[in-house]
Amino acid sequence: MAAAACAAECGVRVGLVDDNPRLGGQIWRSESSSQQESDPRIADASHWLQRMSTAGVTALCGLRVVHQPEAGVLLAENLDGLYELRYDKLVLATGARERFLPFPGWTLPNVMGAGGLQAMVKGGLPIRGKRVMVAGTGPLLLAVAAYLRKHGAEIPLICEQTSWGSLAKFGLALFRWPEKIGQTIQLKRDLSGIPFAANTWVVAANGQAALDSVDILRDGRVEMIPCDYLACGYHLVPNVELALLMGCAVDQGCVQVDDLQNTTVASVFCAGEPTSVGGVELAIIEGQIAGLAAAEHATEARALFAKRRKARRFADVLDSTFRLRPELKNLPLPETMVCRCEDVPYSRLQQHTSWRSAKLHARCGMGPCQGRVCGPATEFLFKWNPDSVRPPVFPARVGTLATGDEPLHLQHSDVMGGH
Amino acid sequence: MLNQVSLNQVSVTVNGTPVVVSSGATVAVAMVLAGQVCRTSVSGEPRGPLCGIGICFECRVVVDGNPHVRGCQVLCRQGMEVNTEK
Repeated sequence: MAAAACAAECGVRVGLVDDNPRLGGQIWRSESSSQQESDPRIADASHWLQRMSTAGVTALCGLRVVHQPEAGVLLAENLDGLYELRYDKLVLATGARERFLPFPGWTLPNVMGAGGLQAMVKGGLPIRGKRVMVAGTGPLLLAVAAYLRKHGAEIPLICEQTSWGSLAKFGLALFRWPEKIGQTIQLKRDLSGIPFAANTWVVAANGQAALDSVDILRDGRVEMIPCDYLACGYHLVPNVELALLMGCAVDQGCVQVDDLQNTTVASVFCAGEPTSVGGVELAIIEGQIAGLAAAEHATEARALFAKRRKARRFADVLDSTFRLRPELKNLPLPETMVCRCEDVPYSRLQQHTSWRSAKLHARCGMGPCQGRVCGPATEFLFKWNPDSVRPPVFPARVGTLATGDEPLHLQHSDVMGGH
Repeated sequence: MLNQVSLNQVSVTVNGTPVVVSSGATVAVAMVLAGQVCRTSVSGEPRGPLCGIGICFECRVVVDGNPHVRGCQVLCRQGMEVNTEK
């Protein structure tokens, strides 16, 4: 949204394509019920929405890009049909997703991601009076717990896998980002009274048709905690599939960009989490730089470099604080599903030595999510690297791919952004 | 039935049973509220939403006869018919 607004303010025509039914991505995802005006995040979101609409950005929501048949042309689809989108410059802002790690019972209904449950509540799921265990790793856990509590959930415990030592260092490091301190103090107030345990993680989710309790490992002891939902996520993984499809270089899971957010492919820029998981402030700065650069206003873009440098250091601190402990590799039992799409259990994967071999012989990563869930999991469990993406990057209807269907031509835009 | 739904609510049918949700609620939310699983996995396990953001495809359902629709990415519309994907 920042990229789209900044580019449009330079006078170029901008279209924004968003896979989600509403604008705002995961952080600004609007609530289906009443909005809290006092939330600074909502004020930020309205600021950028306002700038986008004043500058005349065309927003296309609920539309997912599935293929790029040639440079400058994207194919996208929704329930109603297929669209051909043409661009001169493209800004990829595909965000991040949660990392999920397999453990016994993680496929039970009502076991969700931490951000996953929050997105469901934002999507209208009533949570008042429900008992929700929040577990995994990363700053998202605290934000999710605070959000769920505000909406009436009871949180018996937040389980953070990292050590108290790493958290203490993270706390000290925060002093370099005064704006984060403010957020932390507010968060602490919102979280007051919720028990928090470091060095603690979920080892099993229990239940028949749906979840009824979880087993956690705290200080070497297993405890059972009854709950209605488990919100469990292990920090974030950049969404780099579209960038890979365009042929952009990706290193260690992150899209490679230069100072002006140019990827290694001409006319394709990238901003936000795909370049490194660094949070919303960094994403906004990168978005502004990418939008200005795409609109050929490099001087204005350069004025934001110092701010970006500072925000990027925060990304490095996040990385080191929430590194996954090796014990988590022992969570899956032989029969625990690792690939949820194709129901491939851990024991079948142990026979393989690479992602490709597991894919070819066990169908791991061959289902609709195309390895978006099991890819990062097997990368952690077995150090496998998913090697390539192929079009379509999302499952598409056959009609979309067959040439018989004439795509709907949308108004030509100079810069396409988002996703 | 229609008359009982207030302005800020919509009614959808989940596996044949009517469910009232707040307007703006996603199809995945309607499934959870109805206590119905979204899909049955290839080995027969019940599955519900995981990521909530359209990545994992665990919440895919049949919407008005269209299969493989991600429930978390589609908003409920009055009269929509949603079914568990077998």
